[in-house]
Amino acid sequence: MSGRGAIASTLLGLTRALSHALVSEQVARQPGLLQALDPRVRVAGLFALVLAVTLSHRISVVVALFAVAVLLALLSRVSPAMLATRVWLVVLFFTGVIALPAIFLTPGDPIVASPGGTLRITAQGLAAAILLIARVETAVTLTTLLVLTTPWMHILKALRAFHIPQEIVLMLAMTHRYIFLLGETASQMYESRQSRTVGLLDRTSQRRMTARTAGVLLSKSVELSNEVFVAMQSRGFRGDAKVLSEFRMRSWDYLGLAAFLLAGVAAVWIGRS
Amino acid sequence: MHIPDGYLSPSTCAVLYAGAGVGWYEALRRVRLTLATRMVPLISVFAAFSFVLMMFNLPLPGGTTGHALGVTIAAIVLGPSGAILAISIALTIQALFFGDGGITTLGANCFNMAIVGSLVAYAIYRLIANGAAITSRRRVVAAAVAGYLATNAAAFFAAVQFGIQPTLFHDARGVPLYAPYSLGVAIPAMMIGHLAVAGVAEAVIAAGLVAYLQAADPALLRATSGLAGSAELSQPAMPQKSLRKLWSTVALLMLLTPLGILAGGKAWGEWSAAQFARPRGRAAIAAATQNQPVPATAPAGLQRLSTLWTAPIPNYAPQIVKSASFGYLLSAMFGVGLVMAFSLAVQHYLQWRRSAGQSG
Repeated sequence: MSGRGAIASTLLGLTRALSHALVSEQVARQPGLLQALDPRVRVAGLFALVLAVTLSHRISVVVALFAVAVLLALLSRVSPAMLATRVWLVVLFFTGVIALPAIFLTPGDPIVASPGGTLRITAQGLAAAILLIARVETAVTLTTLLVLTTPWMHILKALRAFHIPQEIVLMLAMTHRYIFLLGETASQMYESRQSRTVGLLDRTSQRRMTARTAGVLLSKSVELSNEVFVAMQSRGFRGDAKVLSEFRMRSWDYLGLAAFLLAGVAAVWIGRS
Repeated sequence: MHIPDGYLSPSTCAVLYAGAGVGWYEALRRVRLTLATRMVPLISVFAAFSFVLMMFNLPLPGGTTGHALGVTIAAIVLGPSGAILAISIALTIQALFFGDGGITTLGANCFNMAIVGSLVAYAIYRLIANGAAITSRRRVVAAAVAGYLATNAAAFFAAVQFGIQPTLFHDARGVPLYAPYSLGVAIPAMMIGHLAVAGVAEAVIAAGLVAYLQAADPALLRATSGLAGSAELSQPAMPQKSLRKLWSTVALLMLLTPLGILAGGKAWGEWSAAQFARPRGRAAIAAATQNQPVPATAPAGLQRLSTLWTAPIPNYAPQIVKSASFGYLLSAMFGVGLVMAFSLAVQHYLQWRRSAGQSG
């Protein structure tokens, strides 16, 4: 790896995370099926489908739920190309690598065996690998749909409806905000370091540089938290948080919730072994 | 180590959510007491820092690169409760906002990385760095070892969770329904990567950060240093309310001690040498050992050692006290008094050593 490798790849990772978040905000603003539903319905409904995916024991039911997820994506103007690059290929690669040896390692009825009999593919192993990949693909697609169609603040407000303590919701909101600030700060520190670096850095220097960058970021973070605390206190913060909730359920939302729950229960019922 | 949805069965997830719930509840309670209104901004900003730190690409010895978890530095700066909350919040945002790690497995991920990781990191750091000066080299080593072991402990827990899936959850044909590998495969597969790469990354970043803070911002290391005057971020002395609860429990237990005489028979194994000689004693021993043949005489070792030490209050009751209940109560008070006197003496000794160390 070149001297700039670690810097460049960290910069790339930070930029990619920030740009993903921006794309989510754009998609969430477009009109679509999921976007039209109350965020609480979206959170509860998509969570119910994810749970149904993990509860179902049949590959066919998991694949059917995957089809439902793709349909929801199309109706919510989430392009399949975006899902393919952000979810499907990534999951296929990572879970595929994990699931592949299971085809050979799972004991069961052999379908194909190598001449010596040392390597054999079992029906059980193949079924386990397909089930695992289908499950992970479907669950991650559903979670990504929620993330893409719901602004973070709405997800948080929806969590309040499920009686998550207000302090936790407030911390999630603030953390999200400071991830962008600290992410940008880290990017700038890396950029300035990169612009001052001539030639190659050896690995030890790269490590030292990374640890020091992290150290400066840590000091800045704690300093920032003190400033934020003083600012909050001066505005009357006494430790208890109030989150406004302007959501109102309409008949359309109840219909959506019923459809989600019905699909989830049906999947679990049909998918039981 | 972020377990996605689909790898663990719903029942495993439920158990781990419950386990994580206990950790979250206790951590939140403790952090509320110590940080009060400062909790929200400090934990939030630290969670954001951990999140960003997880994205740092770290070149490791041997030509690979790795990512740190950030749990060790969180445990060192905030203490275990603060670290549990900060890392859990960072993991929740990763799952809910970036789709990294599952929703059904969020409890498992928080249990492994935030709770197990924080507790192991904190315990090891305190153990090795105990009493060392803030700028001591020992703290850097302690952070590295803590980081390495915390990451591997978290990975081991995850590996066990993966490994029990095929045994517990498979269909009638024997198809594993979730993670397909047994413990024999899951543990080595998971541990090799963490022992070789992820653990090293966490160790390098934790040690590097502690070394940096020693030079640039030593105040941040004081909270968990165990040194005098280090209560800035750490837990304060136990609040009066829980001390009162502790005393009430001790008093109640002392009052209940006479109940011991209501329980019939002798505690298993607590036979005296004399009992082997008496027919009633022999019968009691036989009954307690499912009628195993009782030796004709007391075992030689028991006979010899039984006279070695005679308690000042034989059989828990002074001879002068005729009432068994009163004797029990008196013994309990005496016992508790002894323990308290001993712990107070230790506390005084430690305080004296600390003040002597500061003035010297």
